Amino acid sequence: MTITTEYDITTALENLAQSLTIRLSSKQTPAIIGIHTGGVWVAEYLKQRLSGKIPLGTLDISFYRDDFSRVGINPEVRPSQIPFDIDDRHIILVDDVLYTGRTIRAALNEIFDYGRPASILLAVLIERDGRQLPITADCVGDRIALREDEQIKLSGPSPLNLEVVKLS
Amino acid sequence: MNHPLQPDQAGSLKHFLTIEGLKREILVSILDTAEPMTEVTDRSIKKIPLLRGKTVVNLFFEPSTRTRTTFELAAKRLSADVLNIAVDTSATIKGESLLDMLRNLEAMHVDMFVVRHPQSGAAHFIAQHVAPHISIINAGDGRHAHPTQAMLDVFTIRRHKPDFGALRIAIIGDILHSRVARSQIHALNTLLTGEVRVIAPKTLLPVDVESLGVKVFYNLRAGLKGVDVVIMLRLQHERMQAGRLPSEHEYYHRYGLTRDRLQLAKPDALVMHPGPVNRGVEISSSVADGSQSVILEQVSHGIAIRMAVMSMALDRTRAAS
Repeated sequence: MTITTEYDITTALENLAQSLTIRLSSKQTPAIIGIHTGGVWVAEYLKQRLSGKIPLGTLDISFYRDDFSRVGINPEVRPSQIPFDIDDRHIILVDDVLYTGRTIRAALNEIFDYGRPASILLAVLIERDGRQLPITADCVGDRIALREDEQIKLSGPSPLNLEVVKLS
Repeated sequence: MNHPLQPDQAGSLKHFLTIEGLKREILVSILDTAEPMTEVTDRSIKKIPLLRGKTVVNLFFEPSTRTRTTFELAAKRLSADVLNIAVDTSATIKGESLLDMLRNLEAMHVDMFVVRHPQSGAAHFIAQHVAPHISIINAGDGRHAHPTQAMLDVFTIRRHKPDFGALRIAIIGDILHSRVARSQIHALNTLLTGEVRVIAPKTLLPVDVESLGVKVFYNLRAGLKGVDVVIMLRLQHERMQAGRLPSEHEYYHRYGLTRDRLQLAKPDALVMHPGPVNRGVEISSSVADGSQSVILEQVSHGIAIRMAVMSMALDRTRAAS
């Protein structure tokens, strides 16, 4: 049995866009990178919201996970697509939920295999507790406190929906 | 059961020895895994950390440049450590000394052997005797099989013409001695290709060739008509000495792929060759370098396919699909 609670993400998306706008005002050459799959949806929203001109890339971090020997290859890996030069760019790394921090660690490693960015800023729609690595988001849409048996599930891309799923 | 050794109990690919007997789902998942691997080559750092800390041994009992280097590059792009061992082909490797060699390498805690051997069945033999944690990839054994070559060929075909059911594919040349052809035929039939043809003189065809599930043509022009993909095979010089063919010139005259003859195939037909190409023997230079040729694409895809196979073989957790 699972119980799901709908969550209104309009405010979270708006918060995130505003907080990013402030941080971005000083950056000359920004680019957005979304992490598959939820992060790409959020990144696409942010791109439209900020300025359609900012280039957008996508990352599938499956090849960079730290649990390959435990969970194996993800059978549905998509190619990462970075259609711009990473070198000297200000990267906005976007994910849907920041939880353990392991996905972000993998994404940072992957980005550095493409080049040397000027800076990376982490933007997440939802920050929840449970960090296992020293990673913090720079821009956050909303913070949700969840219990051990609760999970966040994002569906999209349009409409973007967020549910809190309780496994019971 | 043809080769019970290949997939382990969980159905994941532990060894990759032959395509014969593998399920369509396994072939498709190799192709799907190779797809994102192609993108790694476009990066400034051409490496992903999947096999970091693993050791791959290229164990080659037969000379090879392309296959060995693409296996080596594939392993390195997966961040594995690679050891290349070329065993002197003039020295007789008796069963016992081969096993000694395996035991020694096992004691060095390696994870995978990529094996090429002039004798059919060599990779199976090694897979039967190796320590249980080691994976074996067959990089060509005698006349038997060359499964990664066949996979990179079907990968190349799929990228251009994804609907195998609608395709007519012709394999031309020395089918009798070709491990590549044998593996290609198994792969194409497993992927439910519409029609697989072989075109060759009688002396270069196995006696029971129809039993492989192919349509046989002795005449090149007849066989080329309406095909979507033309796969040329390399003509080995030693076949001439064995009296199976009158001369290279005669062979080119009857079975060489020239621009004129290629026009019998569909206008967008792909021209493939596993390499190295004998120009003016099985194929003319203008066709080998022409706009329909995907021969160099095959080489790049070889790296992606080998990356996929190696990481799947060392991935001990994946359940059967």
